Amino acid sequence: MNAATASYLELSYGRVAIAAALVLVNALLSVALSLGIERRLLIAATRTVVQLLMVGLILEWVFTLDRWYAVAAVALVMMLAAGRAAVSNVSRRYPGIWFDGLLAMGLSSWSITILALAAIVRPEPWFQPQYSIPLLGMMLGNSLNGVSLGLERLGEELSSKRQQIDGYLALGASRWEAASEPVRAAIRTGLVPITNSMMVVGIVSLPGMMTGQLLAGTAPVEAVKYQVMIMFLIATATALGTVTVVLLAFRRLFNTSHQFLRQRLIKRN
Amino acid sequence: MAQVPTENAPERSLTFPHPPTKKSPHQPLLKAVDVRRLGANEKVLLDGSSLELCAGDRVALAGPSGAGKTLLLRALALLDPFDSGRIEWLGAPPRAEDVPRFRRQAIYLAQNPVIDESTVAHQLEQPWRFASADGADFDPGRAARMLTEAGRDAAFLEQVGSSLSGGEAQLLALVRALLLDPRVLLLDEPTAAMDGVTRQAAELLLSEWLAADSGRAWIWVSHDPQQLERTCARELSMEAGRLS
Repeated sequence: MNAATASYLELSYGRVAIAAALVLVNALLSVALSLGIERRLLIAATRTVVQLLMVGLILEWVFTLDRWYAVAAVALVMMLAAGRAAVSNVSRRYPGIWFDGLLAMGLSSWSITILALAAIVRPEPWFQPQYSIPLLGMMLGNSLNGVSLGLERLGEELSSKRQQIDGYLALGASRWEAASEPVRAAIRTGLVPITNSMMVVGIVSLPGMMTGQLLAGTAPVEAVKYQVMIMFLIATATALGTVTVVLLAFRRLFNTSHQFLRQRLIKRN
Repeated sequence: MAQVPTENAPERSLTFPHPPTKKSPHQPLLKAVDVRRLGANEKVLLDGSSLELCAGDRVALAGPSGAGKTLLLRALALLDPFDSGRIEWLGAPPRAEDVPRFRRQAIYLAQNPVIDESTVAHQLEQPWRFASADGADFDPGRAARMLTEAGRDAAFLEQVGSSLSGGEAQLLALVRALLLDPRVLLLDEPTAAMDGVTRQAAELLLSEWLAADSGRAWIWVSHDPQQLERTCARELSMEAGRLS
């Protein structure tokens, strides 16, 4: 660590405990207002501590090991978790949705992360965990929103416009002509969050990564450079992920004989 | 679906938009061979349905609600996948890439046509925006003439979808289909929501369409036995997915 990080203050476990005690405020509120969420709060608070501690330990181990296979293993677990999160809340599902979600997230996040490492950040070695893991995490965390929203909107559009799509097909529309409106709407929806945050970044919100770098003592302009890069990487990964998943879903719900396989789309109760 | 070339079906039997010139006089336009479809929980929706629709045929399809009449018409238009059997158009199953053109020639007219918010004129033109139109142009004059025949003036063309009654929506869907000059119409209670006058006009439009070319045919689903008697020459009936 050099002079640039001199202002960094290390937190003792005791001080972290003070922050953790703040959860009591939430608990008291829950009791006072009969919200009935004490149990969930307790579980959530415990999970926060346990999950983050475990990640910290694993990351320390991976950072010291500094081997590509350790990084790859962590990246794989991250991708599986993100793929699961992206699909688990989608209300209209079809067989193969898990695979599509994972593939879209994996393709978009991995390709953009590798591009960033190889061409922009250029650490030595290129997979150096200090860079590769946080970068991948940010790609996955954001593209999962796009994937999730895109799938949700597509399912919604296809079922509400079911009869119109059917009518178009009956009059000689190709599957693409019949479904292009819902597909476009789904992709647009998936891109809303990232576009919005690019609009207001720095004015309404200070992004987490930049905040982290500032806390760690990085000069503001340096932190900004990283943040600008990250925003564009995230925007690209989200766009790729959303487009990929929506097109994969389209191919599963419309076969090459231009049939709309609407019975495949099942609403989760 | 594998294409099964037969003696009657030349290699390019699907030369759209024109029918093949080489064909036997008895070759059916549209043929279903043992079409079987199972739904959820292995429920039999279509139980080995077979039928032949030849040029000039006016077939009535009767049967109780839920018997599978709509599913059969949709299967004939290749709108739904089925589990076994095949549909042949002019002697051979349409190839996947020809399905949109096939559907333009064998049009399934849904019972509740979906009308969007745009004007009647815009919706009449919709099929002409698809690639399967092969560059042909919408003829607004012809559309207007057909609508006049059904008692609707030019103002009808400017109405928006949400202002149409159920019967008017059916009329719009019918005219839209007729303008495509199909060879086969698969009519799913096409006049059920129309008033008496409009229904008569619709039946007239349909019989004019049929009379204009000896190579045309329809299958007509209706719960009105008198209508089927007026409009059809032979009757098929369906019960629990089985055709007889």
